[in-house]
Amino acid sequence: MQTQAEAPATEPLSLANITRRYRRVTALEGVDLTVRQDEVLAVVGPSGCGKSTLLELIAGLQEPDEGSVSVAGATGAAARRAACAFMPQRDLLLPWRDALANAALALECQGVPRAQARRRAEPLFERFGLAEFEHARPAELSGGMRQRVAFLRTLLPGRQVLLLDEPFGALDSITRASMQRWLAGALAQEPRTVLLVTHDVEEAVFLADRVAVLSPRPGRVVAEIDVEPARPRDVTSPEFGAVKRRALEALGL
Amino acid sequence: MRYALAVGLLVLFVLAWQGVATLHSVDDLTLASPVETLHALRDDWSLLMDNAGVTLVEVLLGLAISAAAGAGFAVAMHLFRPLRDAAYPLLVASQAIPVVVLAPIFVLAFDYGIGPKLAIVALICFFPITVNLLDGLRSVEPELLKLMRSMGASRLRTLWSVELPAALPFLFSGMKVAATVSVIGAVFGEWAGADEGLGRLVLLGNNQLQTPRVYAGIVLLTLMAVALFALVALAERFACPWNRKEQPV
Repeated sequence: MQTQAEAPATEPLSLANITRRYRRVTALEGVDLTVRQDEVLAVVGPSGCGKSTLLELIAGLQEPDEGSVSVAGATGAAARRAACAFMPQRDLLLPWRDALANAALALECQGVPRAQARRRAEPLFERFGLAEFEHARPAELSGGMRQRVAFLRTLLPGRQVLLLDEPFGALDSITRASMQRWLAGALAQEPRTVLLVTHDVEEAVFLADRVAVLSPRPGRVVAEIDVEPARPRDVTSPEFGAVKRRALEALGL
Repeated sequence: MRYALAVGLLVLFVLAWQGVATLHSVDDLTLASPVETLHALRDDWSLLMDNAGVTLVEVLLGLAISAAAGAGFAVAMHLFRPLRDAAYPLLVASQAIPVVVLAPIFVLAFDYGIGPKLAIVALICFFPITVNLLDGLRSVEPELLKLMRSMGASRLRTLWSVELPAALPFLFSGMKVAATVSVIGAVFGEWAGADEGLGRLVLLGNNQLQTPRVYAGIVLLTLMAVALFALVALAERFACPWNRKEQPV
């Protein structure tokens, strides 16, 4: 799948000078971002800084007013939709489907027959700590489990780029901490190019290789901070605290 | 407990009915007592059953027609926005048509047979089914539709995998309303012109001053509606197990 080296189209994900306006409000202004192969980029910013807009632009659910978006070389909205997988904040599992069928939904949307989609989802349940919950309905699962199923749904189509929109924002803090560890482990097993949007600086520093800080509306990238590559990260270490402090300072806190 | 309360209230109602009916000031021709009604049910059992069978067929076929037409129409209106905008006022207007007036015209148009009864049952059942299903199809959260779009789902895939299952409980709500009014529709149809059916039997009994038979017919019609309602509620429990909550009946 290696294409000739012509930057920046070969980057899995690149945004060039993106501006997006809604009537009187400018949500994003002149945003440049690049995510490298198998890199996790966290985007943090205050509420209303256009984080979700950013994800929808990349996911091909919206078009920018200015600038260009490229996902695995695809620039058209439909092609972008086909090149990345989007995980919303709420799990949005279908209550009438069991966990396995929910995880298989994205595959079915691509035309994989139902039984085959379920078969492909099955081994992942074992690997990602959901064994024996294949036939549970979402109402029978805890919030953390539901989010795992939603993540498997995102992972299964095998898209190169994953877009995670505050994936743990709706969970309590204990569940969130364990889910962050789980996600770090899952991405170590299944490396992907990830853009993670969050309002939680600690989550960003814990999970990401690099943290981009957005300003309040209109959203602009005000800092890009590299995180030390050592994993698993120790949230109590001084290095972790130092990176976190830099991110908080960039946020003006 | 639930059932005990319902049965208790029913018993109270029957006792009150018996009490009022035995008052000397109430004309026997106006009100048959529960005991007289029971006697009529026993004495006229085969006559009542034959006619009840006719009415039940009208009700079931009419319901089936309106369910099929209503489901098809609701899905079409949901998929084609212009059709919804254009047809919605007509749909509401269809429910405002005074069926009592329309019934004789249907009989003129479709003759004495089962045709006009089906048309009337279908006409009054069509509205609750269509409107409820349409609401159900539109009840899916925008976030979920966005997710489906991001997963590359086609319009039909979203309809089949998300919108239709989400709308099922709404469809059953509409079917419950339809099941209860369908019996009234069949009676109107028979009043306008019929040679068999419970509605016709009740009308005839009225003219012939056979008040207990009239009440027996009314009791059977009511039971029919309640049984249909219960049947739909039961079907809903099996069809939408994820949506199970405490429900009457």
